[in-house]
Amino acid sequence: MIRDPNDLQRYTASDRVIHWIVGICFILAGLSGLALFHPAFWPFTLLFGSSTWTRILHPYFGLIMTLSFLLMALRFWQLNRMNQIDWAWLRRVGEMVDGDDHNMPEQGKYNGGQKLLFWLLLFGTILLLFSGIVIWRAWFHFEIGQVRLASVVHAAVAAVMIGLIMVHVYASIWVKGTIRAMWYGTVTRAWARQHHLAWYRQMLGLGNSQPR
Amino acid sequence: MAWQSLDIQRRSATTTPMPGARQATEVAKLIDISQCIGCKACQVACMEWNDLRGEVGHCAGVYDNPGDLDSQTWTLMRYTELENNGRLEWLIRKDGCMHCQDPGCLKACPAPGAIVQYANGIVDFHQEHCIGCGYCITGCPFNIPRLSEKDHKAYKCSLCSDRVAVGQSPACVKTCPTGALHFGSKEAMKDHADHRIADLKSRGFSNAGLYDPPGVQGTHVMYVLQHADHPEWYAGLPRDPAISPWIGLWKGLAKPLAIGAMAAITLASLFHYIIKGPNAISKETEKEVEHDSRSQ
Repeated sequence: MIRDPNDLQRYTASDRVIHWIVGICFILAGLSGLALFHPAFWPFTLLFGSSTWTRILHPYFGLIMTLSFLLMALRFWQLNRMNQIDWAWLRRVGEMVDGDDHNMPEQGKYNGGQKLLFWLLLFGTILLLFSGIVIWRAWFHFEIGQVRLASVVHAAVAAVMIGLIMVHVYASIWVKGTIRAMWYGTVTRAWARQHHLAWYRQMLGLGNSQPR
Repeated sequence: MAWQSLDIQRRSATTTPMPGARQATEVAKLIDISQCIGCKACQVACMEWNDLRGEVGHCAGVYDNPGDLDSQTWTLMRYTELENNGRLEWLIRKDGCMHCQDPGCLKACPAPGAIVQYANGIVDFHQEHCIGCGYCITGCPFNIPRLSEKDHKAYKCSLCSDRVAVGQSPACVKTCPTGALHFGSKEAMKDHADHRIADLKSRGFSNAGLYDPPGVQGTHVMYVLQHADHPEWYAGLPRDPAISPWIGLWKGLAKPLAIGAMAAITLASLFHYIIKGPNAISKETEKEVEHDSRSQ
């Protein structure tokens, strides 16, 4: 669909598809994992057919999530390399949270927070993968000490990642005009200018563009 | 009202107290290793009563048969040949669930009601609620529960809870031909153990003693050991078993911490939105964009 021709393309169709595959798997793995983590979330087992089905399916959700996230990371990692400006942005993130983002350091396609989130999620996914394999009794048999350690690592890393994703989702709700980038790929020029000035200049060929 | 003998004092993945008005008598099985001849009648009785039939396996060159506990083998004689002060001792330990007062399996289990501890102290698996995750194995300090390869449920000794519920002793105790196995109130079993230990000491086993490890708040299956100072001599019986600190962290602190953090992020996000409002595009930015487009 061609909508406003002035809009800027932020994500291609395949970017969006892989992101949503990761997102769906994260929600499924998250809900099924929470059900096995704390009895308060036990009712989530009803979403997956039964409690036993929840136990059977959870590792597969995680596996598909890991593989698709690694595929996504392969696409995006170069855009997420941290530089000095990103760290300066992160040091001043309080100003933005406080409601004024007009004096924030100029950002490329991703700001420091998005980049840091990317690396934390990548690191967390790898930890979840390895700890998950160790506690996956349907297929693997590890030594008891390793299983105990992996159980703690798996739960702790998953809780941190759920927290990170909650921040990720809230940021997209808070910053108006953001979610459409992941629905149909484009953002308005004004959105780009306000939140990612360097990327905006680069997209419009305005010169004076910072490294992204 | 359920039978008093089936009153439950702990239930897996349950955060509120169990009914506790009735005071049940704690029971225990006493395994007197010094009187065991290793005949395996208890193993056979366990299979008979519980209708268990393992696959016929292979002889690994030792008397242990089968080689390990499994979903069809809830109790197993483990034979150790010990050379002690130039003498050969044949230590035969009947392995199986110890029915810990503080059960690591129950603490680790995520399925509500899949593992219960009756008021009399028996720890029982309710396989119809078991989801097959194996967390009970992760939580057990004695390496007892086993997942079935066929139905993927966890199994272990029930201390014949069905028999005990109607005033019978467990099948293994009933069948033991030498009097090595005893069953009764935990107090009575401790008293009996005292006599046995005194007798063993008078016969030169100066380190004889009762195995009722305090690290799991005591067990409802206890051993009389000739060498209580060396429980590991008995096919690796743990010296000071306790629920692993990793399990404590996983099933203790991590749970409220994670829920608290998730709730805090949710509420902080909601109130941030309400207090600060959305981060929307300003009119100035719109104008600047128009200016940029003209100069393009």
